Amino acid sequence: MADAIVVDALRKDYGDVRALDGLSLTVAEGSVLGLLGPNGAGKTTAVRILATLLRPDAGTVEVCGIDALRSPQRVRPLIGLTGQYAAVDEKLTGFENLRMLGRLFRLGRTQARQRADELLEGFGLAEAAGRPVRTYSGGMRRRLDLAASLIARPRVVFLDEPTTGLDPRSRAAIWRITEDLVAEGTTVLLTTQYLEEADRLAEAVAVIDQGRVIARGTPDELKNRVGGERVEIGLTDPGDAERAQRAVRAVTAGAPCSYDGEGRLVVQVAGGASLMPELMREFDTAGVAVADLAVRRPTLDDVFLSLTGRPSPAPGQDTRKEQEEREAPPPDRVAAATGGRADGR
Amino acid sequence: MSTTVEHAGAHGYRWWISDAWEMALRNLKHIQRTPDLLMYALIQPVMFIVLFRYVLGGAIDVPGGDYSQFLLPGIFVQMVLFGSVAGTAVGVADDMGRGIMDRFRSMPVSRSAVLVGRTLSEIARNLVAVVVMIAAGLLVGFRFDGDPLPMTAAFALLLAFGYAFSWLAALIGMAVSGAEAAQAGGTVWLFPFTFISSTFVPVSSMPGWLQAYAEHSPVTVLVDTLRAWFGGHDAGSSAWQSLAWTVGVLAVCAPAAVARYRGKSA
Ligand SMILES: Nc1ncnc2c1ncn2[C@@H]1O[C@H](COP(=O)(O)OP(=O)(O)O)[C@@H](O)[C@H]1O
Ligand SMILES: [Mg+2]
Repeated sequence: MADAIVVDALRKDYGDVRALDGLSLTVAEGSVLGLLGPNGAGKTTAVRILATLLRPDAGTVEVCGIDALRSPQRVRPLIGLTGQYAAVDEKLTGFENLRMLGRLFRLGRTQARQRADELLEGFGLAEAAGRPVRTYSGGMRRRLDLAASLIARPRVVFLDEPTTGLDPRSRAAIWRITEDLVAEGTTVLLTTQYLEEADRLAEAVAVIDQGRVIARGTPDELKNRVGGERVEIGLTDPGDAERAQRAVRAVTAGAPCSYDGEGRLVVQVAGGASLMPELMREFDTAGVAVADLAVRRPTLDDVFLSLTGRPSPAPGQDTRKEQEEREAPPPDRVAAATGGRADGR
Repeated sequence: MSTTVEHAGAHGYRWWISDAWEMALRNLKHIQRTPDLLMYALIQPVMFIVLFRYVLGGAIDVPGGDYSQFLLPGIFVQMVLFGSVAGTAVGVADDMGRGIMDRFRSMPVSRSAVLVGRTLSEIARNLVAVVVMIAAGLLVGFRFDGDPLPMTAAFALLLAFGYAFSWLAALIGMAVSGAEAAQAGGTVWLFPFTFISSTFVPVSSMPGWLQAYAEHSPVTVLVDTLRAWFGGHDAGSSAWQSLAWTVGVLAVCAPAAVARYRGKSA
């Protein structure tokens, strides 16, 4: 199978900041690559270069066999881009947005109208079609944005954090649309901060950090590398830490367990949920009071920690994204919380 | 994939026109859907006409003695400049900060068509403003004494002049950090630019060093042309000078704006 995207040794500096530092990747035609990385890793920069919006300082980019740096105008008709923030016109209606973009994508007049109607219908926006986008919810906007990038039935689609900040229902809708897209044979490059999203949508994952790929493989390979789920235990009294750790060892037969010194234990163990009852019993016997107990799947943070030995960079600078994240917690947290703990990361 | 997109090629110019039209249409919808901005654009000239005619006019001596007759052509020019510059600079700056521009840039849309469509549609806003100013002018006693042909030419020149400056405004819109900056910084230079001219007072009333500039200001030559043609006089070399300024500003700013717009992307 030919490669729809070939990126080699990309470098991009913003002043003193090296956003991309020798980024190389390939995406096979008709497949989905998940570009997984924390905030500031260089995901958006990479996507913008691929979408012909930005020129790298060094490296080569090929999209559908075309040199995107030499002939960006030949690449543009073949690609669709859904940026990190919805790129639709707030004052136009959903229909007007899609019709206009259809015309700009060189569809005929009637064709542009038909395609707009078809997409609005398919993306559950038919009822809102005549309303200005200003009145749309975040999820509707994102769906419209995605629809906008698919107008010309592009062969390659770039999705930059398509579900960041979305509620679970909108997220599920975007996932379904993406899966349909792939079923039709579209090549997708998807960036995300969520391991779960890459797992669900991508057959190949590249983890990037500081502008370079630090690991690649299938989502399963990646998860195996991080080793199972995480059980998080919050102690009522940090003084119990010693006894609690002993209890954990007894139940998990020596699974890696870390203590943060302030009453929080994290145990890395496969089949974490099934160990919960036994763990609770053991704590009871040992007289350890537990404030909360939760099982979660490994997240990007865990992948990161095990790949680099350091925690992923704290989300910073980008206030807009932080705001979005506050509105909707990351989906990685499949919590079986007993004590209920409201905490992003 | 089922539909392959027919690309521009030999019919490139048709798509260029279509692109520019779609951009103009989008901007016209923006203008129409921001009635408060449009109202502001209409109230401002009326306010200037009333303030200058009744508050300051009595203290200003002008050739011919009739201040309304002197003032209106100046107001036309000033307000068309404000309209073109504010509208385009704010619109472009606003677009730059939004993802929609990235979308346009990642599409096979002609780069020049995006700006041409926007600037052309700003003429519509100016047309409305001109109609309002004509009405306000007639109310305060302005008389159109010229022949139809020169007077039509005067309006055409006025709108063309405003159009040329909207390209300068596009440059400003791309240079500043956002819509607010464009609103403030984009138009503040227009105050000295329009006041240091024959807009409100005869240039001969200014100190000598200022006259040297004011006599040759592009605003002065256009205002003088309008005054002559609305009053039924010969405009002399002012007309050619205004046309030269219009063409000159357009010839410098339009390519520069398109180049800068291209440069902002790959
Ligand atoms: N326009 C810019 N000017 C300066 N630095 C930038 C700019 N865009 C991105 N960066 C920096 O480049 C790095 C990569 O950013 P980005 O590609 O946006 O990462 P991601 O999308 O993975 O969060 C970050 O350190 C970011 O601060
Ligand atoms: Mg990003």
